[in-house]
Amino acid sequence: MTQTSLGESIVQKEIHKESQVQAKNNGVAASITHTQPLWLLAEVTYRCPLHCAFCYNPTDYDKHTQNELTTEQWINALRDARKMGAIQLGISGGEPLLRDDIEDIVIEAKKLGYYSNLITSGVGLTEKRIQAFKDGGLDHIQLSMHDITEEINNFITNTKTFELKKKVAAMIKNHGYPMVLNVVIHRYNIGHIKEILEMAEALGADYVELANTQYYGWSLVNRSQLMPLKEQIDEAERITNEFRQKVGNKMKIFFVVPDYFGDRPKKCMNGWGEVFMIVTANGDVLPCHSARVLPNMQFPNVRDNGLEYAWKESPAFNKYRGTDWMKGPCVTCPEKMNDLGGCRCQAFLLTGDAESADPVCSLSPNHHLIEKAIEDSKNPVLASKPIIFRTDKNSKKYVAGDKERVEEFHALP
Amino acid sequence: MENLQVSQTEEIKIVHSDVFAIALHHRFQWEEAQQSYVILFPEGMVKLHGGAGEVIKRVDGKASVGDIVAELKAAFPDAVNIEADIVGMFEMAYGKAWIRKL
Repeated sequence: MTQTSLGESIVQKEIHKESQVQAKNNGVAASITHTQPLWLLAEVTYRCPLHCAFCYNPTDYDKHTQNELTTEQWINALRDARKMGAIQLGISGGEPLLRDDIEDIVIEAKKLGYYSNLITSGVGLTEKRIQAFKDGGLDHIQLSMHDITEEINNFITNTKTFELKKKVAAMIKNHGYPMVLNVVIHRYNIGHIKEILEMAEALGADYVELANTQYYGWSLVNRSQLMPLKEQIDEAERITNEFRQKVGNKMKIFFVVPDYFGDRPKKCMNGWGEVFMIVTANGDVLPCHSARVLPNMQFPNVRDNGLEYAWKESPAFNKYRGTDWMKGPCVTCPEKMNDLGGCRCQAFLLTGDAESADPVCSLSPNHHLIEKAIEDSKNPVLASKPIIFRTDKNSKKYVAGDKERVEEFHALP
Repeated sequence: MENLQVSQTEEIKIVHSDVFAIALHHRFQWEEAQQSYVILFPEGMVKLHGGAGEVIKRVDGKASVGDIVAELKAAFPDAVNIEADIVGMFEMAYGKAWIRKL
């Protein structure tokens, strides 16, 4: 699963400055904006048969694998979110197909009028299940692919899934679904962009997302081993543009630029609590995938007060809405509305201060941390350290407090 | 990319006998919460403003552009230069691949 695959292109809601009102939240004055959760991401389970080194899921996901929401709780969440205007539904994980009630969730989504998307590794997709999804009204399936070589696919996912993915791709196509492929790009496959695009074309892909790894969760732990060189990214983008010219409109290719190599941060999630709402396996409601890394935050849970409270009233969703939480250099920055200060999680993970500018920004006083990370990725000693794969065993270690490797990335004040 | 898009736009020529349908894998529906029509597709959605919604709502794989122009002229007799707007909407929707030509 990739963070970037979840709707960069969704229509963007405007913040209506004139209608902002003040509210006290977690001790921080936040601006309430005219927001609507157009996009609901249901991370229905954190269990996963793959062990991808770049997974954005929390490193301590293991503690959320035993307390998953029931089918009924998911259906209620779908209903409540739809009432609030949610329309795009992503069913993700972990591997959602590890639950046997996805068929029921799909049927309810169709009834409610969602445009629904199953985001899957393909493991567990059978003829019987895909037929049930089709009959139930699932709108599309997004399949993750990893490389053109069996070697890299199996290495980066720590599984033998190469042949299976090709089979599943054909199955998706045969059932009349649009072929939406997501390929996370990192050092081990960035040299194969042309071949990956050729494979996508041969499979009949309608949409291909080349998602450069962003560094959260497991990918942050493995950052020095995964990050490609700037020159490799430029070359990959050049090849992608060339390929676009060739295939034209029949295959839409999104190239998600990695923020570490930009001058300005991404407008993360299109703004905190603006259009995205994520319900996690255990019912926590989040404005972004990795929000639980932030300190001193109490995220609402669907089991307690429901989604309307979570979105409109909860202190957590209001905390970083708008611009009132900002401090220098963001608060006086003429560009602040372009990116809303970037990503709060990245700011915290890298600087220890969730309210500082995203260090990706060249105007951030902490920008040297990004430069250091890029330098580290060229360091052969760090690059040759073993990758820590996303496994239950490794996650249990993080839960138990063996956070040594994560703390390397916290420059705590 | 810029050049590519320009050349594509130049090729689009809408004539009255053209018949369009909503593109495959796209869905057009009314959204109560937004009080507008939307087009939904993988990874995104487009919110259609009043006039655009009125045009796309009539795209059903049967009515020709000419039929739709006539129908809208009758429905909105006071609208000035409505035909150019309708054709412009078809050009945009086809250029963006929200609709397909039959």
